[in-house]
Amino acid sequence: MLADKDRIFTNVYGFQPWNLDAAIMRGDWDNTKDLMALGQDAIIDIIKASGLRGRGGAGFPTGMKWSFMPKESKDGRPSFLVINADESEPGSCKDREIIRHDPHKLIEGALIAGYAMRARAAYIYIRGEYIREAEVLFAAVAEAYDKGLIGKNASGSGYDFDVFVHRGAGAYICGEETAMLESLEGKKGQPRLKPPFPAGAGLYGCPTTVNNVESIAVAPTILRRGAAWFSSFGAEGNKGTKLFQISGHVNKPCVVEEAMSIPFRQLIEEHCGGIRGGWDNLLAVIPGGSSVPLVPAAEIMDCPMDFDGLKKVGSGLGTAAIIVMDKSTDIVRAISRLSYFYKHESCGQCTPCREGTGWMWRVMERMRTGDADISEIDTLYQVTKQVEGHTICALGDAAAWPIQGLIKHFRPEMERRILARNGGGDAPMMEAAE
Amino acid sequence: MPIVKVDGVEVEVPQGATVLQACELAGKEIPRFCYHERLSIAGNCRMCLVEVKPGPPKPQASCALPAADKQEIFTNSPMVKNAREGVMEFLLINHPLDCPICDQGGECDLQDQSLAYGRGHSRYDENKRAVTEKYMGPIVKTVMTRCIQCTRCIRFAEEVAGVEEIGAVYRGENMQITSYLEHAVTSELSGNVVDLCPVGALTSKPYAFEARPWELRKTLTIDVMDAVGTNIRLDSRGRQVLRALPVINDDVNEEWASDKTRHAVDGLVRRRLDRPYVRKDGKLVAASWDEAFAAIKAVDAGSSVAAIHGDLVDCETLYAAKALLASMGSSLLEGRQTGMDYDTSSLAAVNFNTTIAGTETADAILLVGTNLRWEAPLVNTRIRKAIKKGAKVFAIGPEVDLTYRATWLGNDLSLLGKLPEEVAQAFDSAKRPMVIVGGAALKGGHGATLALAKTLNLVRDGWNGYNVLHAAAARNGGLMLGFAQKGGIADVAAANPKLAFFLGADEVDFSKFAGSFKVYIGHHGDKGAAAADVVLPGASYAEKSGTYVNLEGRVQRGDRAVFPPGDAREDWTILRALSAVLGHTLPFDTLDELRAAMGVDTPDLATLGLKTFAWNPPSLDAAGSGEVSYPIKDFYLTNAICRASPTMQRCSAEILHGQDFAEAAE
Repeated sequence: MLADKDRIFTNVYGFQPWNLDAAIMRGDWDNTKDLMALGQDAIIDIIKASGLRGRGGAGFPTGMKWSFMPKESKDGRPSFLVINADESEPGSCKDREIIRHDPHKLIEGALIAGYAMRARAAYIYIRGEYIREAEVLFAAVAEAYDKGLIGKNASGSGYDFDVFVHRGAGAYICGEETAMLESLEGKKGQPRLKPPFPAGAGLYGCPTTVNNVESIAVAPTILRRGAAWFSSFGAEGNKGTKLFQISGHVNKPCVVEEAMSIPFRQLIEEHCGGIRGGWDNLLAVIPGGSSVPLVPAAEIMDCPMDFDGLKKVGSGLGTAAIIVMDKSTDIVRAISRLSYFYKHESCGQCTPCREGTGWMWRVMERMRTGDADISEIDTLYQVTKQVEGHTICALGDAAAWPIQGLIKHFRPEMERRILARNGGGDAPMMEAAE
Repeated sequence: MPIVKVDGVEVEVPQGATVLQACELAGKEIPRFCYHERLSIAGNCRMCLVEVKPGPPKPQASCALPAADKQEIFTNSPMVKNAREGVMEFLLINHPLDCPICDQGGECDLQDQSLAYGRGHSRYDENKRAVTEKYMGPIVKTVMTRCIQCTRCIRFAEEVAGVEEIGAVYRGENMQITSYLEHAVTSELSGNVVDLCPVGALTSKPYAFEARPWELRKTLTIDVMDAVGTNIRLDSRGRQVLRALPVINDDVNEEWASDKTRHAVDGLVRRRLDRPYVRKDGKLVAASWDEAFAAIKAVDAGSSVAAIHGDLVDCETLYAAKALLASMGSSLLEGRQTGMDYDTSSLAAVNFNTTIAGTETADAILLVGTNLRWEAPLVNTRIRKAIKKGAKVFAIGPEVDLTYRATWLGNDLSLLGKLPEEVAQAFDSAKRPMVIVGGAALKGGHGATLALAKTLNLVRDGWNGYNVLHAAAARNGGLMLGFAQKGGIADVAAANPKLAFFLGADEVDFSKFAGSFKVYIGHHGDKGAAAADVVLPGASYAEKSGTYVNLEGRVQRGDRAVFPPGDAREDWTILRALSAVLGHTLPFDTLDELRAAMGVDTPDLATLGLKTFAWNPPSLDAAGSGEVSYPIKDFYLTNAICRASPTMQRCSAEILHGQDFAEAAE
């Protein structure tokens, strides 16, 4: 188990107040000026050395991402940091805990990250449904401004840095980085074509980096405790600690900070009180939030919970939002519900996703009741393949993968339902004459 | 320049070209719905997917991907074929497939591309989506269930037309295209979205259920609704022109046409003059051609004869009239019906010298007394393009919404002599400065703007930034043929001619010609015919092969689409026949002979294409004075044809006068 002294998020459960005084007691905003005095390139180098990979799902090395930002503005355009707090992925709830209980970690991280990438300001785009969280964040930003921690001459460093909080309006797709930029600009939240990438032309056409809340919030602690400390956790290429969010059929669902690469069994046993009904009762796990394929019980039990380990079992770490399903779960219905979510949240821009998500959901609904033909399972699989990789953003992929995972691992269950409904299988259904 | 390989064939492509353009250069057809050359790239239909190496192992949208050196592009690999079939299938699952009752049938991108790239059957058994119709005004009919959300209409409205009134609401499969609050789209160019729509979602309301494209005879000609000289195609069936569509001409109209150009054609079959009339006892009475000619001969005018032309007349008619008057011994020719009397001694001083296409490249623009949006909507779109490239626009005149931001300096032509500092600065640093003078400003501002040409250095090497914007299609041709008196039409009225020909002239103050025997030669029973003593039925622009000179001096020629109705004849043949009756037989019997003679008379009209006029402006009083009042009070009702058009009347009532048209519940 991760020792308490190694936890970055020491107030993730909200046992202490979130406000600035309490945050300072916990060690935030401690000589931020000195951290900034390390210099911009040094900060990026430390983050690179720490092995921190983006916590938003894709796992792109954070330090490298920061280094893509222009070192100096050639044409007078400012740079921006955009912090993605539009946490809407089903199963994911870590950013929410950070923002409502430890917002100053995020704000300090914003200053340091923004300084490192030479950004003029940070925009925190917070999910619209996070109403109380947004209130906390607004208040925390105001506190930081009052104390001169951000704003003109932020923390006495001589660097001017603003933090703006922007509330979303309830669209999952605005969590996609370019859709978020569109939304911030006041447009319809639809992902942009890439290239140009945000690092070249992002918010208002200026160089922009979009980072997850957790990636930003851990940065100050990494700088304080050193890259070596951070990289002492986790397997090679999957360094650090991570907030895991375990929901579903475990005895004690929770959000917990743990070392990366912790085996699934250990994570569940130590923090969640085990699977409901014992390990034999485990059916499947969606290890990274709704958009990664599910992993059946046998494969997940001893799998290390990190980017590479989960990739090996055909899934992904995503945001480490672990959805545990025991054998009481109607797995087809569960995936069908996810399909409905993606149908509901597709922005409607690209054809395959706009039309495909609805189609997939409708077929999934029939799969749920077995009101289908066996051959439709293959059709459904082909439709997911027709959506995957054919769209501007990854929502099409995210909609396709859960279904692909279902078909891959639970095809017999789907066939069983179809046969059961059709009267045992052998006897062909009689069509009513019309 | 990058060299790419398309299906194994190497092609060199211009810098900045996209993969789609590279494929086209290599002669490969790439299917597309959302991509359009003249709009920004959306990349959302996903129909143009191709396989590109090096690159991720998935198909790429070729419309948005820059072509890079040593790229290998595959347009017919199994991956591409699968991708296209997949996208096509997706597009069709919620498309109603109601082609038999769809006006787009036969000219539908979705039909064509599903035939070429689709699978031929669907695996979708669920219910299809239905979308309620949206109201977009009197021009655009919507059947939104057919929409494939390509967003071309949105991008056109925003980027070209400059009205942000079309947009998408809702998301995912519920995404719908709609106009703002379902009001009529207040653009003069809204009809273009019908052409842009790749499916039958946006179709032409006046043309609904009129014809199938394969039934139509297509004739290329020139539009006369404004002086831009839009290249159009008239689609006719039998004796009726059913619709007008723009033809691509990058120098003139690009790919667009104004709503008036498109939809005034239903005025061609209404209020037509189809037989001669002679006024007897104060009333116009139907007569034969002989009676009408006899009545004119009876005037015995001698050389006391004048000709005044209207806005829609072709050069052939003008020349025939000029030749007739010359043979009778008169040169009382005028075309500026409303009384304008600007100096025409140098045509360059009353011409749009920058050219329409050149406008795009201007970097500082001063509009003097012109409501471009109404006087020449397609020049206005060019200015929008120039602004996109960084041009600054200033304007003098009553403030109007030009669809872009112009700095309004005030409505006083004396400002021309004391331009504010910011204007001077913008023009000082400009490499391609441009002044556009509207007809309304010529009265008090012609000399002042010509003086500006000197002080602002508008005419420089390879660039002439002095422009006069005419609003009448016949104006430049008329001026070239000498239809201008020093004092304008007042001079003609003062000469008190015994006989006055009005060639489609409907805007004249006829009370000034009370002492003249008025002969109206034209096609519509409008003001001119009502005031005339003899009415001779002529042909409209659709019914004659004619030469027109647009506002930039471009000589263009159109063909006859249909025959004139009833006893009406082509105008030049009327004048030719009349000349024989009057004893001054004109020396041409065919149109070719007429054109040859016209070419001798005015060599510029002998050949087609852009004519440039030597820059030797007259020296006029350089002091500008007076206020401007735009001549066009109602964009949709500027001439006899559109006044007769029910569509234009409705546009006027609804879009300009805010009248509500309740849709019948069906």
